[in-house]
Amino acid sequence: MTAPLTLFEKVWRSHEVVPEAADAPAVLYIDLHLIHEVTSPQAFTALRERGLRLRRPDLTFATMDHSTPTRTEQVFGGAPISVEAAARQVHELERNCEAFGVELLGLRDARRGIVHIIGPELGLTQPGKTVVCGDSHTSTHGALGALAFGIGTTEVGHVFATQCLLQRKPRTLAVNVHGRLSAGVGAKDLILAIIGRIGVGGGTGHVIEYRGETIAGFDMDARMTVCNMSIEAGARAGMIAPDETTYRYLAGRLRAPQGEAWDAALERWRQLPGDPGASFDRELDIDAAALEPMMTYGTNPGMVIPVGGTIPERAGDPVFAKSLAYMGFAPGERIQEHPVNVVFVGSCTNGRLSDLRAAASLLRGRKVANGVHMLVVPGSQQVKREAEAEGLDRIFIEAGAEWRESGCSMCLGMNGDLVPKGHYAVSTSNRNFEGRQGIGARTLLASPLTAAACAVRGRVTDPRELM
Amino acid sequence: MEPIRTLRSRTVVLAASDIDTDQIIPARFLTTTSREGLGEHLFADWRYGPDGAPRADFVLNQPQARGCSILVAGHNFGCGSSREHAPWALTDFGVRAVVSTQIADIFRSNALKNGLLPVIVEPGAHRWLIEHPGAEVTIDLDSSTLRLPGGETVRYPLEPFARYCLMNGVDELGFLLEREAQIAAYEARSAAA
Repeated sequence: MTAPLTLFEKVWRSHEVVPEAADAPAVLYIDLHLIHEVTSPQAFTALRERGLRLRRPDLTFATMDHSTPTRTEQVFGGAPISVEAAARQVHELERNCEAFGVELLGLRDARRGIVHIIGPELGLTQPGKTVVCGDSHTSTHGALGALAFGIGTTEVGHVFATQCLLQRKPRTLAVNVHGRLSAGVGAKDLILAIIGRIGVGGGTGHVIEYRGETIAGFDMDARMTVCNMSIEAGARAGMIAPDETTYRYLAGRLRAPQGEAWDAALERWRQLPGDPGASFDRELDIDAAALEPMMTYGTNPGMVIPVGGTIPERAGDPVFAKSLAYMGFAPGERIQEHPVNVVFVGSCTNGRLSDLRAAASLLRGRKVANGVHMLVVPGSQQVKREAEAEGLDRIFIEAGAEWRESGCSMCLGMNGDLVPKGHYAVSTSNRNFEGRQGIGARTLLASPLTAAACAVRGRVTDPRELM
Repeated sequence: MEPIRTLRSRTVVLAASDIDTDQIIPARFLTTTSREGLGEHLFADWRYGPDGAPRADFVLNQPQARGCSILVAGHNFGCGSSREHAPWALTDFGVRAVVSTQIADIFRSNALKNGLLPVIVEPGAHRWLIEHPGAEVTIDLDSSTLRLPGGETVRYPLEPFARYCLMNGVDELGFLLEREAQIAAYEARSAAA
């Protein structure tokens, strides 16, 4: 009898072109290569310099999201993209995809969106696949039971040329989540709490598998939020075993298998969950029932407390002191009631339909507080259409928020959507690093529900106060 | 890629832990389509003041940092994004090795592909290095050791294949391209399944 295997081990083994040896890493086959405008140009250049073809354009899929504008007039109205270098990058992706035969969802394509939103949305991401992209939040796709991880541009070139990567097998970490989340507490709060617990380097060298009844009870959007931020704990990939929720989500999607192929795929996918008794290198247990709405107070996602909590004291830690100085906070201070200047709802972490519904549920019939700039950016054009069909856009606009075209937007300051210097931004994105949302921007990461509550009150607010 | 066998240099120290890739190279510089010239923007928000002038209090702007090719950094260096612009910026600036107690996975993988050596040392040696900026150290690849000025050596783990590639200036793509027959066989097997 063979030893019981985890979900990760099953996907890894089935993609070994050459297994790893003492003196050489494994050659791992890649089923889906997603690319975007920022981390691909130099890889295309490498192909040209070496006179290589792109081996499997049919397994390669391109979109543009990072440096693209979100203002409607710049996307559809012919107004120039405000960041000139970004416009060049977008055009270079168009030229490269044309030259190498890669399918590209261009700036005005109705299916365009953030790469980690559209992969699952189009049914490209499927259980048991290996998925890579030159972006660290590729971990998102693991929510469907794929092995998905971010790669650098040199590796993008490797996949272009060979459809393979050289990889050492990572260790495994099981995060077992039990109990029921209380009202007002969601997937974002859970993953922030996990990162707070293990730290921003705690998952380094590991693939995380999220398990337990709390995870099993999550819809796909929530699962993607959790897997998305695995990298913020240092883990290159996060995975969740596929189940009926996964199959229901995928059924009928544009690029999902259809008819007999669907039945065959389903049979394969049902073999993927870890075998009983399969062991992990490490395990961690989380009590979901004890969690509260969470918010970061510092300059990495591990610096996180409940919204009603107090900033810890770490005497003699100059890095901690520098981080708090950047944020304009002091040890022992509470963040609740702190004034907020900007609220951003969107990103590959929280730019899906259920995230927008959550934010809208608190904004319905309310107004964004005076002086607060709120930006709501759907994760894809499809999310945008679905939100508009439900009237969510009207709720945001009537509350005084801006409603934009899809893209990475304010998550990272490279597309014109910026948080001004010194301003406090409650953001549903994934990184609160210094300068991430703009030079001197002060980011407070939180859930869509919490972000909306903060927008209404103009102060850091526990969403349960408004529910 | 230039082969590396040994590196001998004074160190420059950035003691902060969890230095992320947004600090190494802020996102606004990622709109480039080439890999050259990023050294100018390395640690841009720490290195330059609001007026664009170099900040005298930042270590990389100080005279003793000139010519140093070994960066000693706090725990968990390079966390955050997958941007290879981070090692490109470091190597363009002249850094050839980063020494820490932990280096983030994607940064480490990217570094190796650009002849930037990730060196993980145990906390004792790391503390000594943090406390002695400017120390003249030698990093030897063949023996996987870092020699401190007093002659004491500490070993660091380096995956054998990565060491082979660095010491011989071999790039991984050549190795992968040589596996074409196995890749094609894998594809044939998968298609049949």
